[in-house]
Amino acid sequence: MRKRILKFFHRHQNMKAFGILSPCIFWLGFFFLMPLVIMAIYSFLQRGLYGGVEWMFTWEHYPRFIDPIYLKILVRTFRLSFMATIALLIIGYPMAYKIARAQKRWRNVLLFLVILPFWTSDLIRTYAWMLILRDTGLINNLLMFLHIIDEPLTLLYTEGAILLGLIYVYLPFMVLPLYASIEKLDPSLLEAAEDLGATPFWGFLKVTVPLTKSGILAGSLLVFIPSVGVYVVSDLLGGAKAMMIGNLVKLQFGQARNWPFGSAASFILMTVVLFAVFAYLKFAGGKEALEEAR
Amino acid sequence: MKIVRYLDPLTWFTVLCYIFLYIPLGVLSVFSFNDSRFSVIWQGFTWEWYGKLFKDPQIMDCLYNSVVIALAAMVLSTIIGTLTAYGLYRFRFRGKILFDGVLFLPIVTPEIVVGISLLIFYTSIIHMTLGLYTVIIAHVAFDIPFVMLIVRARLQGMDRALEEASMDLGADEWTTFFKVTIPQLKPGIIAAALLAFTLSFDDFVITFFVAGIGSTTLPLQIYSMVKLGVSPKINALSLLIILFSMALITIADRFQRKAV
Repeated sequence: MRKRILKFFHRHQNMKAFGILSPCIFWLGFFFLMPLVIMAIYSFLQRGLYGGVEWMFTWEHYPRFIDPIYLKILVRTFRLSFMATIALLIIGYPMAYKIARAQKRWRNVLLFLVILPFWTSDLIRTYAWMLILRDTGLINNLLMFLHIIDEPLTLLYTEGAILLGLIYVYLPFMVLPLYASIEKLDPSLLEAAEDLGATPFWGFLKVTVPLTKSGILAGSLLVFIPSVGVYVVSDLLGGAKAMMIGNLVKLQFGQARNWPFGSAASFILMTVVLFAVFAYLKFAGGKEALEEAR
Repeated sequence: MKIVRYLDPLTWFTVLCYIFLYIPLGVLSVFSFNDSRFSVIWQGFTWEWYGKLFKDPQIMDCLYNSVVIALAAMVLSTIIGTLTAYGLYRFRFRGKILFDGVLFLPIVTPEIVVGISLLIFYTSIIHMTLGLYTVIIAHVAFDIPFVMLIVRARLQGMDRALEEASMDLGADEWTTFFKVTIPQLKPGIIAAALLAFTLSFDDFVITFFVAGIGSTTLPLQIYSMVKLGVSPKINALSLLIILFSMALITIADRFQRKAV
């Protein structure tokens, strides 16, 4: 009898849990997961004449990515995302280290100054760089005023501009997880390494880096994923000359009117993202790090 | 000069990083007060662009849309997100890890993917006319996980004994939830709501795909103005939006730091 009551109670709990979670299940299931599934299906359908699709199965959209035009876009996307991640590790690590080792009263202010841009519009923050990089922008004006150059340098609409934009927009994404893991590091471990004869360089490499691995991996992931899927930065700073996958997707749903091909490009993006997350969870023992990042 | 000598290279580097982080903000503010159409060289101080901004009916329409959308998305996502956080905290059930993973998905999915998949869904599957509603639905979807995370962090810091005490003293689960749990979570819920509002108010990419005629938001307006050519009005508008967001985030941060 007791067992049965407990069992009922247990089931009852499940019902309650389902009840309280159902708005979320409904909303995300209906307006997030289902559209993703439909998008995946669309990538295997034939292109409709005026946008949209014909409900006929085809593989034809995926092999198109081997075409040099599209391959170039894929390669550029991964190259720039990779470069941004590396650059941000180099910039973000010392910055996070400094914040973590700052005096307590400074630490919160410094951290907050990193969080602030994290939540503000990346459209606007990217637009501001257009003002700086344009032919008639801040840098060119300054250099011409100082007579260092006679003609404006082409800074905007280049891959370099995109890279700069990615580094700029995603700096907080790198610094925050790095800070979280560096802050937990016990400084006495470094002292111990030094007492045992390690130079600061080797102490850093053999003690600090391995112990902050979770932050390094989380930061890299949090930068790499949005970089691969970026739209705004490459659209405003790269223009038509330096497209990334996100811009290709947009183009297919805009002027090109090839929804299935756009869906295929989008699906590739999604696959890369999921793959990166799984690889992270598997190899980084990342579950804990994931919880930390939260 | 003395201070300069005190700073070590690491500090110098960090200072430079912070300047880098805030340079565009400085540039925007300087240009938004610059008395020149072409906004390049400093020609003197003016309020002109801000004045023009508030007299532009199109921008005022967009402001109205943005506020309506952000408010609606905030209310819905805060309720749903809070319930979800509580459900995950309170109950154990099969598939919880999977559920957690799915909640993490909207955060890592590229915005462009979310945008176009919703566009397909609205226009070809459920045949919904793009407008305010389609934007609100989309915003609620991406706000929910953020609300959930913030409220959950609060829940984890909460003293479970208070809930137990309330039940021991005869309150049922509903009463306990509304009279004990919610008041304790309040700072977290307010912070989550403010951040949900900011996220929704600032969103560009997803809105771009799911907005229709008559539901243009401020970020969409800024984008089209940028594409048409630079006008000093954009600088003024951009600066106002950034400062507004920063104010909300600062308040949210205060609430998040409040002790349980």
